[in-house]
Amino acid sequence: MSHRRALKVTLEIAVPLAILGAWQAYTVHLDDTKFPRLSTILVEFQQMWLFSQFGEHVVPSLERIGLGFAIAVVIGIALGIPIGLSRWARLWAMPHIEYWRAMPPPALLPISIILVHSIGNRQKIAFIAFFCIFPVLLNTIDGVRAIDPTMMETARSYKIPRREAIRRIVLPAASPQIAAGMRTSLSLAVIMMVLSEYFSSTSGVGYVLLISKNTFEFTPMWAAILLIGVLGYLLNVVFLLAERRLLAWHRGWRAAQA
Amino acid sequence: MAAGEVATTALPAVRERRGIPAVEPIVFVLSIVSALLFWELISRTGVISQRDLPAMSTSFNELWSMMQTSHFWWSFADTVRGWFFGLLIAAVLAIPIGIVLGSSDIAATAFRVPIEFLRPIPSAALIPVLFLTIGTNIKSELFLAAFGAFWPLLIQTMYGVRDVDPVAIETAKSFGVGRLERLYRITLPSAAPYIATGLRISSTVALILAFTAELFMGTPGLGQLVNYAQSYGLETQLYALALATGFLGVGIHLLFTSLERRALRWHPSERTEAT
Repeated sequence: MSHRRALKVTLEIAVPLAILGAWQAYTVHLDDTKFPRLSTILVEFQQMWLFSQFGEHVVPSLERIGLGFAIAVVIGIALGIPIGLSRWARLWAMPHIEYWRAMPPPALLPISIILVHSIGNRQKIAFIAFFCIFPVLLNTIDGVRAIDPTMMETARSYKIPRREAIRRIVLPAASPQIAAGMRTSLSLAVIMMVLSEYFSSTSGVGYVLLISKNTFEFTPMWAAILLIGVLGYLLNVVFLLAERRLLAWHRGWRAAQA
Repeated sequence: MAAGEVATTALPAVRERRGIPAVEPIVFVLSIVSALLFWELISRTGVISQRDLPAMSTSFNELWSMMQTSHFWWSFADTVRGWFFGLLIAAVLAIPIGIVLGSSDIAATAFRVPIEFLRPIPSAALIPVLFLTIGTNIKSELFLAAFGAFWPLLIQTMYGVRDVDPVAIETAKSFGVGRLERLYRITLPSAAPYIATGLRISSTVALILAFTAELFMGTPGLGQLVNYAQSYGLETQLYALALATGFLGVGIHLLFTSLERRALRWHPSERTEAT
C-alpha cells in the first residue's frame, strides 16, 4: 500500500515538472517568436509584474475585480433572500434571472458603454458586477429554500421579528451555499475583467494583452496570460482560506451533528 | 443533515413541485409583459434617453426587420456552428479523458496539479494568441469554444465516474464481466447524470466563447454583427442583436436542461421526488 502511495506522490510532482520540461524543450526546438521559451516568459513575467508595472496595470484590474465583485455580492444576497423566501417572488423573478444568465456577457459590452456613459472604471465595474450577480443570487435562492421549514415556523410562533429571523436563521443557514456562489462569482469576475479591458481601456492586464497583440510582442503577451492564470489561482486560494475561517463554526456544527 | 452535504452542485437544483399549476403560467406571462412595458416606459418617458436605450418596441422592430435579411440568418447559423462544433470537440475529448482520470486513482493524482492550474485560465485571455497564431478564422473560434467547454465537462465526468457504486463494479468483476462491458453497462449509465450536467454547463460556455471569438476576432457570426453595429454607432441594432443572442442562449439552456432531465429520469434523486 505504501508503495502505491509513494508512486502517487512521485507522480504528482513528476508529471507537472515533465510537462514544464516538455514545454521548455519544445519551445527551444521550435525557435519561433510566437512561442517564446518558457524561461524567457518567466524572466519577462518577473520584469513586468514584479513589480515595475504592477501599480500601473495590475492594481487597476484588481480594483475593478474587487469593486465589481463586492457590488455583485451585496446585490445578489439582498435580492436572493426575499426571492428565496417567497414562492411568488420566485415565480415572478425566475424568467428574468434565466434570461440574463443565459445571455453571453460580451453581447452587452458595447451596450454597457452606451448606458453608463463611460469607458472608464464606472463601465468596467458595472459590467463585472452585473454578470457576477447571478452565481451569488442563484445560490442564495437555493440556500434560503433549503432551510428547514420548522426553523422558520418556530421563529414565527415565538413571534421573532422577520428581520431578526433573517439575520439569525436565514443568513447563517444559507451561508455555505452563498459562499459557494461567491467563489464562482470571483472567478467569473477575473474573466469579466479581461473582457471589459479588451474594449476601449487605457490600463489593466487585459489592456496589456491587447497592446502586446497589436504590437506583435509575444513575450509580454504570454507573460500577461500567465499573470491572469496566477491571479485567478491566488484569488481562489485567498477566498478558500477566508471561507474556511468564516465558516469554521458551520463545519464544527456539521461535524457535531454527524 | 448528511443528505444536505452530499447534494453538491453536481446535481440540478430542486424543482418546484407543489402549487397551483394554473396560476404559474399566468404569473410567468405577467412578469415578462410587465418587464417589457417597464422598458418601453422608461425609454419613452425619457428616464433614460431614447438615444441610450431605444424603446422596447423600437428594438423588437429592428430585430424583426433584421430577421427578414438572409445576412442575419447566415450569421446566426455561423454562431450556432461555432458553438456546436466547439462543444462537440470538447465532448469527444473530455468524456474519454474524464473516464480514464475518474476510474484511475493514479492518473487522477498525476494530472491534478496541471488541471488545477489550467482550468482557471480564462479562455478569453487566449484570444490575442489565437489572433496571431491560428488567425481570424473558424479554427480559432472552435479552439476557443472547445477549450472553454472542455474543463467543466472533464471535471463532471471525473466526478461521475468516481461516484459509481464500487459494489456494482466488484459484483460485475466477480461475474467475469469484461472491462468494456462494465464501462457500457455500469460506469457510463451511472455517470450519465453528471455528464449531462457537465454538457449543460459546457454548452453555455461554448456559446459565450464562440460569440466572444466573433466579437473580438471578427470571425463571421452574431458577434461580428455586434462588432459592426458598434463601429458604425448603430445603437438600435446593438440592442436587437443582444436580444437575439439572449434568445439563442436561453434556447440552448432549455435544450440542455431537458436533456439533463432525461438523463436523470431513472436516477434515485428524480424517482423519489416523483413518488
